[in-house]
Amino acid sequence: MTFLKLDSLRKHYGAVAALDGVELCVASGSRTAIVGPSGCGKTTLLRLIAGFDAPDAGAILLDGEVMADAHGQVPAHLRNIGIVAQDGCLFPHLSVADNIGFGLKTDREARHARAAELMEMVGLDQAMLQRKPDQLSGGQQQRVALARALARKPRLMLLDEPFSALDTGLRVATRKAVADVLSAAGITTILVTHDQQEALAFADQLAVMRAGRLAQVGTPREVYARPVDAATASFLGEAIVLPARVRGAVADSALGALPVEAGDFEGDASILLRPEQISVQRAQGASLPANGTIGDVAFGGSTCDTQVTLDGAPSLSFRLDIPNRDMLLVGDRVAISVSGKAHVFR
Amino acid sequence: MSSTADTRLMTAPRYRLPAASSWTMTIAVLVALLALLPLGFVLWAAIATGWDTAVLLIFRSRVAELMVDTILLVLLTIPICTILAVTLAWLTERTDLPGARLWSWLCVAPLAVPAFVHSYAWVGLWPGIHGLGAGVAISVVAYFPFLYLPVSAAFRMLDPALEDQAASLGLAPAAVLRRVVLPQLRLAICGGALLIGLHLLAEYGLYAMIRFDTFTTAIIDQFQSTYNGVAAYMLALVLVACCFVLLGLEAGLRGRRRYARLGPGVARHIRVTHLGRWTYPLLVIPVATAAFSLGIPALTLGHWLVAGGADIWRMDEIGLALGQTLVICLIGGFATTAAAVPIAWLSVRRANRSSRFLEGCYYLASSMPGVVVALALVTVTVRVLLPFYQTVATIVLAYVIMFLPRALVSLRSSIAQVPVELEQAAASLGRSPGNALWSTTVRLAAPGAAAGVALSSLGIMNELTATQMLAPNGTRTLAMAFWALSGEIDYAGAAPYAVLMVLFSLPLTWLLHHQSKKIAGR
Repeated sequence: MTFLKLDSLRKHYGAVAALDGVELCVASGSRTAIVGPSGCGKTTLLRLIAGFDAPDAGAILLDGEVMADAHGQVPAHLRNIGIVAQDGCLFPHLSVADNIGFGLKTDREARHARAAELMEMVGLDQAMLQRKPDQLSGGQQQRVALARALARKPRLMLLDEPFSALDTGLRVATRKAVADVLSAAGITTILVTHDQQEALAFADQLAVMRAGRLAQVGTPREVYARPVDAATASFLGEAIVLPARVRGAVADSALGALPVEAGDFEGDASILLRPEQISVQRAQGASLPANGTIGDVAFGGSTCDTQVTLDGAPSLSFRLDIPNRDMLLVGDRVAISVSGKAHVFR
Repeated sequence: MSSTADTRLMTAPRYRLPAASSWTMTIAVLVALLALLPLGFVLWAAIATGWDTAVLLIFRSRVAELMVDTILLVLLTIPICTILAVTLAWLTERTDLPGARLWSWLCVAPLAVPAFVHSYAWVGLWPGIHGLGAGVAISVVAYFPFLYLPVSAAFRMLDPALEDQAASLGLAPAAVLRRVVLPQLRLAICGGALLIGLHLLAEYGLYAMIRFDTFTTAIIDQFQSTYNGVAAYMLALVLVACCFVLLGLEAGLRGRRRYARLGPGVARHIRVTHLGRWTYPLLVIPVATAAFSLGIPALTLGHWLVAGGADIWRMDEIGLALGQTLVICLIGGFATTAAAVPIAWLSVRRANRSSRFLEGCYYLASSMPGVVVALALVTVTVRVLLPFYQTVATIVLAYVIMFLPRALVSLRSSIAQVPVELEQAAASLGRSPGNALWSTTVRLAAPGAAAGVALSSLGIMNELTATQMLAPNGTRTLAMAFWALSGEIDYAGAAPYAVLMVLFSLPLTWLLHHQSKKIAGR
């Protein structure tokens, strides 16, 4: 069931098109991640959904109601859409309890009771309720911001890079906690981020954004395994792209004949392999013939960041993290094998 | 035992670092002691007078009347100024009001008109004007820029993301203003309101012109008529107590917490409110403010200049007054800035409890009304250092005490922008500490020092109270000449002096406006 529908949204800032026809459907209760490099327009998109800015063209529908279209827009304070910003955006002049109760229109006691309840929900100690925001750590501020946005039981929750200001360990833990809280509350959520791992781990539905458009929308596994183009592929992770000749369910490439999804396509194309599909072993005579050579090796502890050059195509090399048990060195001859299917770009 | 001996051997050959900061500290302490002289004098006067006489002189109906008038003046003026300044700041900074930049300038420009010239202009237009109502009205137009400047700067520094956030939590625009924007303006409002309150207590000319009695006018009357020390001292004591009440109130209201921005986010461009059909009704506010604060002085001065014709431009007298004013302004401005250098340097480079305490002393000293400073210096010179009575040295000291914070603010922000590493680099290239300071920080902080000289000179040019009481015999500054002529009801003759004061003050007012924008990062 579509809960949020974005219909060819456009937004210009001067001559620059920040959004150039964005289409997206979000299912009720799902988690959607919009991922893209900085400057691709994802924050603009979020601001339009929240109602902070008005689109130049297109429509936003939430639960069947028109939020914005050519005739006007519902102001932000009447939409009941929660947002957690990058830096938490807590009100510096209010205590934690007053921040959480800010949007509630009940009396003081009910507000504080709700604040205490939400503090527990986001996993914070109630002793912090009387503190000021600047006495909290970054992760705690984000949790308070989430509690504040949850207090009004929003119809939709927007997360604007809420974890990017946190350090690595805290980021993963906070992301997990936020995802659990939102799932428990059954709130439809949109996360905007430039961190593809965060997006892959968080989302039910992943939208890759580039230059004001959504390049691809699908489940994280689908988008990762079958990206529409090489740019999307390499944005989501290390991508090895090889030229090949596709015939039926087989692609002939420098790595030999590789299985591909049988399609109606025949002819020259680019194919995608992910590093985890490739294994490299030291060549052993006729039983394990060599088809590549090791280039430079950067030692990294358990793995080595290694350059591998293919015999069939000397100009084609790629980098792999190879487990360190083989102790491969520059110039070693190796046997490269591929597991699983390659993906064909059309 | 041997280990102790070893330690001594190890430490013996070390030299102490040259104690540049201790010299600076000594000078800063000396200047602070001089600055606190008026406060010390008031305390001495209170003790020397004795309990019985003091009670007799303080608890009388005259003092009660003055007290009621002063309290009413402060209680009426400050809230009106606050509402006016916040409204104007919001209109000029946050809405699509036509000509917002122009109105912003016109809201600061009244500072170029000395308070007693405002008063003179109103009296010229409505000769019968007097009393509390007139005092409040003129005070509002003369002093509201002291609130407009910090509040509009604060509006520019607010993080618009907070307002978006409040809207997403279901607050309508008016509620966002009340619950998110205004609380964050509190520091700016407190600071500006304190400044206005201190001016209300200290101003003489404005209220004398419209025959409204405050403690300051009463002290000067007392001083001029009877030279009766004790009664004037006791009034000064009450006045100083009023200042302390204001300072305490402000400290209490301001609280200890700073509303720092949280997190590293980049402030977005501020969205403006579209006024729509409210544009023209709201445009009345800046138009009316400019009409009262600038239009009336312009109208009256214009009227007298036209009516007086060429006769009022007695160039010999005006030239003399102008020359004397410029000399005294420059000496005072340079002395004030020079006196501020040690504490400015200490408060940036050696920020610790003692430098903060010392800085607090300067601010406290400068919040004493000019009349108290002058009374103290007159008494001290007459009784102890007679050769200094009515000399340039004494009056310059009074200016240093009164205007040092103006120079300090400019100097400090420009010193803070010079990285200390430059000083250290100069030292590592073989310069002595003093030389290193001179060739790096002092050179680079020069624009700030120039602004400090300019701002304190502006204060000195328009200063009347202390100048009248302390100026050497035969001195006649623009302000004094203006005051003497308007006192003789020669309003036409006074006009050229007022025009000159305004003309010289205008560029400095521009500087103030510019500085407030720069502090806000624009």
